[in-house]
Amino acid sequence: MAGSFDESGADLELVGVTKRFPGFTAIENLNLTIPAGSFFALLGPSGCGKTTTLRLVAGLEEPTAGRILIGGKDVTTSKPHQRPVNTVFQSYALFPHMTVLGNVEFGLKRRGISSARELAHEALRLVELDHVAGRRPAQLSGGQQQRVALARAVVNRPALLLLDEPLGALDLKLRRQMQLELKSIQSEVGLTFLHVTHDQEEAMTMADTVAVMNKGRIEQMGAPEELYELPRTTFVANFLGQSNLFTGDVVSTEKDSMTVDIAGLGIKVPRERAQRHAGEVTIGVRPEKLTLHTAKPESTAGVNILGPGTVIDVSFTGVSTQYLVQVPGLPVLTVFAQNMVFGPVAEPGAEVYVSWRVEHGFGLADEPEPEPKFAGDDDTRTIAVQRRQRLEDELDEA
Amino acid sequence: MAFGAFANSGPDLSAAAPRRRSYVAIILLAPGVVYLLATFVAPLVSLVLTSFKEPGGDFEVGEYVYAFRWENYAEAIGRFGEIFLRTFGYSLLATILALLISYPLAYFIGVTLRRFPLWQSLVLILVIAPFFISFLLRTLAWKAIFADEGPVVSFLQAIGILGPEDYLNGTAFTVIFGLTYNYIPFMTLPIYTSLERLDLRYVEAGGDLYAGPAQRFWRIILPLSLPGVVSGTLLTFIPASGDYVNASKDFLGSTNTVMAGNVINDMFFQSFYPLSAAVSILLMIAILIPVVAYVARSGSEDLL
Repeated sequence: MAGSFDESGADLELVGVTKRFPGFTAIENLNLTIPAGSFFALLGPSGCGKTTTLRLVAGLEEPTAGRILIGGKDVTTSKPHQRPVNTVFQSYALFPHMTVLGNVEFGLKRRGISSARELAHEALRLVELDHVAGRRPAQLSGGQQQRVALARAVVNRPALLLLDEPLGALDLKLRRQMQLELKSIQSEVGLTFLHVTHDQEEAMTMADTVAVMNKGRIEQMGAPEELYELPRTTFVANFLGQSNLFTGDVVSTEKDSMTVDIAGLGIKVPRERAQRHAGEVTIGVRPEKLTLHTAKPESTAGVNILGPGTVIDVSFTGVSTQYLVQVPGLPVLTVFAQNMVFGPVAEPGAEVYVSWRVEHGFGLADEPEPEPKFAGDDDTRTIAVQRRQRLEDELDEA
Repeated sequence: MAFGAFANSGPDLSAAAPRRRSYVAIILLAPGVVYLLATFVAPLVSLVLTSFKEPGGDFEVGEYVYAFRWENYAEAIGRFGEIFLRTFGYSLLATILALLISYPLAYFIGVTLRRFPLWQSLVLILVIAPFFISFLLRTLAWKAIFADEGPVVSFLQAIGILGPEDYLNGTAFTVIFGLTYNYIPFMTLPIYTSLERLDLRYVEAGGDLYAGPAQRFWRIILPLSLPGVVSGTLLTFIPASGDYVNASKDFLGSTNTVMAGNVINDMFFQSFYPLSAAVSILLMIAILIPVVAYVARSGSEDLL
């Protein structure tokens, strides 16, 4: 492959990959196929194994078990420099003793490409940094360094480009610009992109396919819209946007919907949007799908109604207003309402009803857990508190 | 940059510091300045003056008066030119050998042992350990080891590398060996300091960009540890050039391995003070020229 460019992207295949470090397992039996030319995002919280996956693909770590194939070729035992892969590192890792140009042409020169210098200048023009080609990385701002790192990887036209949170340090405007740039590079050259990020918005706007990773496994994989509209697990429902989740027993099953008993109310969920159809299930609905009513709405077929409840908080976010509604016997509900009128439609303390169309609900696959853990905002802090609680409980038992 | 392992040139505060605080700086600097004047500038001036002295009126041995006798220098170069060349050659060879031994050692301690801090400290102590014993004793110990009836010579004679009449002590081999051995810690420590701070992510990035192990070493690891290499080579080469112990006939040398340091020593104890001083000045200049050229080159970017 010396002296030549890859004409197109290559499939990436992970077969039963497991990676154990002393003391913990980072990745457990991971199977993943990323088709050539796709823009694939691995999304997950820190410590979920996504960066380890990336390092395994780059060859910087060796899997404990399993195989890695790039373009059908087994590269499990190949060294990093033998793989048709380039990485944009999270820390940029720009060589401090070389100029920007020296950094960008490094890979080309190692492969013996004669027009290294022109290609490097071209790549720098692409990221609008050709005017600093003679400077050292330390003389550039964080955002500029990140673009150099991008140019240094892209210039090699690898079959597979790995991006480790590459847009983290950029401001919003530059971020948008680079996102577009990346997309256009990707579609222009047909490279396969594997993008690792904890930023759900970045993953959803850029990738064709998103895999949500948690604790070394892929929880769910699919197109961004599919993942968002039909999450299959509690983790996905809460990590990718916000969700209102309820737990209750299935009381009856109809032709294309099922009814779940939530605090004495019969809530309907479409059958094909539910993962489980019997016993105790967790169902949910996205906050923006909810409608707030100041008076009890007429019950209609195809609409779920909860209430009466009390508005406990109202926060204005510009395009929408977020209401927190407490319905007795249920976790706090989050409602996003478009600001169709000036000012909120309900003040804190007001009595309200909440409704949503049956087809917007979804049912999750998780086994419900005894604790009432499905509070609306399962942010990292609550997760941390819960984890500590669980550890303390374990200690008490021991 | 060349002395990066010793001193970090911190941010330039001179512009920001208020002017009225400057007396603090003067007070803090004063001891250092006085020390340098008393122990470096004054002896140097005295040495230069001595090197031009001529024999005193009554021609008694060791009596000299101030003059401008530049012939002292002509005599030094004429009599000892060959010794200067030998000094330079021995020191250079010892420096290169010390570098070849120290770099892998420093890499092992600074990079390979990074994940085992206890082992790292332990091996580092082993590098410094010889300093706990007087270097005169250590050098004498090598003299005993390389002695004509000693184990090394007997062994080399037994396997036929050395003839029955051959010996090691007093040859260029033992002198260069002694120099290399004695200065290895001075080479290892600065290189270790550089390598210990080496960010391995650069090496990973090099691998990701198609550089094989050799390319990663030459293009990333070595350039990034260059400050340590420059410091180490200077710390070895400069004292080795002035060394008068290893090459002395009482230790590992003989009359065939005399170095500039030995000449200075001998001339001084034979009371030829001006000649001894002239040799010292010449040695200083002879070392300074290549060192300045080396530092200037390593400080510039083309070496990187």
